[in-house]
Amino acid sequence: MTSPQAATPAAAPPGEDDVLVRVENLVKYFPIRGPGLLARTVGHVQAVDGVSLELRRGQTLGLVGETGSGKTTLARCIAGLIPITSGRVIFDGHDIAGLSRRAMRPYRRDIQMIFQDPYGSLNPRRRVGSIIGDPFAVHHTASGAARKRAIQELMERVGLNPEHYNRFPAEFSGGQRQRIGLARALALRPKLIIADEPVSALDVSIQAQILNLLADLQNDFGLTYLFIAHDLEVVRHVSNQVTVMYLGRICEQGPKDPVYEKPRHPYTAALLSAAPAADPDAAAARQRIILTGDIPSPINPPSGCRFHPRCPKAQDLCHEQDPPLETKPGDAPEHQTACHFPVQPGEDLTTTSTIAAADASAGTGGEGSSLTGGAA
Amino acid sequence: MSLTELEFQGETTGSGPVQVIQGRSPWVLAWRRLRQDKVAVASLIVILLLALLAILAPVIAAWVGHPPNMPYTNQGLSSTGLPVAPSSTFFFGTDDLGRDLFIRVLYGAQVSLLVGFVSTLIGTVLGVAVGMMAGYFGGWIDTVLARSTDAVLAFPYVVLALALAVVFGPSLLEVIVVISFFSWAAIARVVRGQTLSIKEKEYIEAARSIGASPMRIMVLDILPNLIAPVLVLATLAIPTAIVFEATLSFLGVGVQPPTASWGNLLSQAQAFYQTSWWYLIFPTAFLLLTTLAFNLLGDGVRDALDPRTERLFAAQRKRGRARSKGAKPAATVEGAS
Amino acid sequence: MSLLEVRDLRVSFRTADGVVRAVRGVSFDVDAGRTIGIVGESGSGKTVLTQTLLGLTPGAEVSGQAVFDGTDLLALDEEQMRRVRGAQIAVIFQDPLTSLHPLYKVGWQISEMIRSHDKSVSKAAAAEKSVELLDRVGIPHPRQRVNDYPHQFSGGMRQRAMIAMALSLSPKLIIADEPTTALDATVQAQILDLLLRLQRDSDTALIMITHDLGVVADIADEVLVMYAGRAAEIASKRDIFYRPHHPYTKGLLESIPNSSAGAARLRPITGQPPSLINVPSGCAFHPRCAYVMDKCLTDEPVLTPVGEDGFHQSACWLPVSAAGLSEEAEEARKRSVGEARGEAAAKVAEEIADRPEAEGSVIA
Repeated sequence: MTSPQAATPAAAPPGEDDVLVRVENLVKYFPIRGPGLLARTVGHVQAVDGVSLELRRGQTLGLVGETGSGKTTLARCIAGLIPITSGRVIFDGHDIAGLSRRAMRPYRRDIQMIFQDPYGSLNPRRRVGSIIGDPFAVHHTASGAARKRAIQELMERVGLNPEHYNRFPAEFSGGQRQRIGLARALALRPKLIIADEPVSALDVSIQAQILNLLADLQNDFGLTYLFIAHDLEVVRHVSNQVTVMYLGRICEQGPKDPVYEKPRHPYTAALLSAAPAADPDAAAARQRIILTGDIPSPINPPSGCRFHPRCPKAQDLCHEQDPPLETKPGDAPEHQTACHFPVQPGEDLTTTSTIAAADASAGTGGEGSSLTGGAA
Repeated sequence: MSLTELEFQGETTGSGPVQVIQGRSPWVLAWRRLRQDKVAVASLIVILLLALLAILAPVIAAWVGHPPNMPYTNQGLSSTGLPVAPSSTFFFGTDDLGRDLFIRVLYGAQVSLLVGFVSTLIGTVLGVAVGMMAGYFGGWIDTVLARSTDAVLAFPYVVLALALAVVFGPSLLEVIVVISFFSWAAIARVVRGQTLSIKEKEYIEAARSIGASPMRIMVLDILPNLIAPVLVLATLAIPTAIVFEATLSFLGVGVQPPTASWGNLLSQAQAFYQTSWWYLIFPTAFLLLTTLAFNLLGDGVRDALDPRTERLFAAQRKRGRARSKGAKPAATVEGAS
Repeated sequence: MSLLEVRDLRVSFRTADGVVRAVRGVSFDVDAGRTIGIVGESGSGKTVLTQTLLGLTPGAEVSGQAVFDGTDLLALDEEQMRRVRGAQIAVIFQDPLTSLHPLYKVGWQISEMIRSHDKSVSKAAAAEKSVELLDRVGIPHPRQRVNDYPHQFSGGMRQRAMIAMALSLSPKLIIADEPTTALDATVQAQILDLLLRLQRDSDTALIMITHDLGVVADIADEVLVMYAGRAAEIASKRDIFYRPHHPYTKGLLESIPNSSAGAARLRPITGQPPSLINVPSGCAFHPRCAYVMDKCLTDEPVLTPVGEDGFHQSACWLPVSAAGLSEEAEEARKRSVGEARGEAAAKVAEEIADRPEAEGSVIA
């Protein structure tokens, strides 16, 4: 529960200039307090359970996962918004996990976040110019006329009319509010922007505008993105590397093409097959891998491999041992999978209908039992 | 699509041929709504008039020629020594010492409004500070502050007022202190709750991610969002303070005679209610009118600040229009979510 | 004759800012056993449309016809409407947490639905039916789960419970309003699979409202694309995706990240959806249309046939030859624009090209 971080930042290993952020074994448990005066801790929500990853300068890492995967918590841990339970977050060579608010301040210029909800991420009682100018005020980098000029430049850069400086957020549409959030994030020329589902709440036509804008800004400002989304096509479009999370752990990660074209983890395969494609022929041709049951609670995660209760390929070993994240034979060295029985090329995990399988297993195990149809 | 979304669509500005709607500060909108609420406007006018009368009380006293504490034993008392009924000389009649009741009621208004505003102001400032810190910081700060708030709220205020009156001697200042002491707690409790919910909003997270200090976040991000509920609370706290003062003065531990307060006027009027109805009625009427006006204004402020009630206004106008055209009135619009 | 025939449906609301014309003349048919996907973004009017069919928009001004199984839904009073709701037409909403009552057991809610439409059914019989329904929608241990409260169900389970409720009276038509938007992808796949299977078993008609073209590509037979309260295009699924005519439909398809396209840059539709209080003159889409012509500014197009099957219709002034994603179709568009674009339209085209988000997009 305590954060065993040193007060002074530790230096990263030399020769790793192109890695902007390195996360090592990050763990975040949220304590659940029991009733009573003493409010003893009765359990933990194991939101993130040992995640290591790297963000390369100027590149985009796409972070994919469903409810309970821990991706949102992970993002906030990296951004320094919530304290971590254990592990290291090394930003540009400095360990920033567990720093005091004061020590963290200079890093706040370099790490910025943009949020999912265009309606909740802007203070409705503040004018837009004031919101965008906040970073300048907090870090005392510009004031008065210079600040106003900088704010208006930012507004123009993100596609807003600089004359709307004095308007309130309620006077803008969802897409425009996301642009305001972006302008605020860019104010101090950060190195890293963590985008938590930035386009999920937007209409499709607006989504495309924002995605293009994000790409342009990345080119112009040399930004590194950690892009969290649940829409797999969007992630594929924006990312260089992709990490797939399930219940607090990484199940697969690597450059996007190998992961999307040859997924080795059954969960990745199921996720890819479940993603709706805007193409009727492709949709008809695609065989669905449909998982039974729901995502278990992170309070009491399954033993061994967390995915085993829903996995079409699960065997006893999966129930006992947690698979390590490693490169499987035949894959590129950066493509890593955490699975005892990874999907083999040409293997078919599809099933005709989840209901049929659930009916069949209802007699024996019920909820969450594994599918056996179609597995090799 | 819910009705709220439809309305929002109407307010959207954007590039291109969409019509730009100007001047949409949330305060401007709220003021507009308040102006349309007839009851609230009437209450506001009453309060302003009363304040005017209270401020001008010395001027009026000079104009009428009757200072507030001057006993008119000849004109002001009947042959039997009882108060005189309302007349052209004494608009509200006189009290048991022959003093002009009208003038005394006006001076009483001074006391009431002064106590009402000042103690509410002090209580609000304290309450907001305490509530915001308790809500934002949490932890032991919250525990200490919240428990203190609860303790104050649980206290029997009359007992304390009596005790303080005994120790320090009853006076206007003592009344203000006592009332301020109790009003901050009610406000702090509400502000703490509001702060807790505002704290969870993403824009607070955004502020933290920029590196803003807790003080900056509280003042620039949380406080503006507190103004609306606090304004309503304060408007409704004023009549409570006024009645509180009247009660204390009535019991003799507030403003002391000869200084006029509606409370001590009522206290003295008790003995004369059978013979001199005006002595009881006029201070009561003023007290009633004042508290009613503030309460109605508070309701109006709450409605004006709550954007949801915009729909009610729209529905009212539509009903009015439909009725005037002779058509069947439409049902109140409920937003589907 | 179709199960549901909607003709020229118009819905408006009066608000403090003016009259919101949410639906401005929509017509379509739904047949038994078929699925029609209604696609639209914010402000398209798709939700108001279906809510109006069920009488769920009090205070709105409605005109037009919606003939369901021989009866005009818009002419029914509240009592008659109540008998239709649930029994003939059932609705599944987006967020099952708010559409299920949090304080009553799920089984009870389903039984209540059954018994409120048919008083002769006993409590025991209704309860048994509830268990059966939960089982049919794939909820494991239905006999135990029937006594649970909504908060004890996960998101996917709750949506299944909603579907069970929708099916309880064997309706002829189900309206599903963004039923999977709030769900994870894997759960969404389960729910869509379930809906399809159930529809197949009971020959129910399904109206699926969504903004997600992927969902539509998966389960719809026909697609109605709505924009600013009107139908922009209506066609079979394959025609919508492979031979779109209306520039809005085409724009939507081009703005979706698609791995097969491989483009580094998306081609968004510039600008914002219009206000429904001040709808642009002529064609509501003209301020954002890459192919805007003079006529588009003044005359509002009506649905005209643009396909060989007689079903494919598009509300656009571009010629029939402009349907599709082929080069010929693009040529046809450019030719049409070249002939019919005068000063007025050229000005609009300039405004469109000037928008910051248009940078890099190819405009005709």
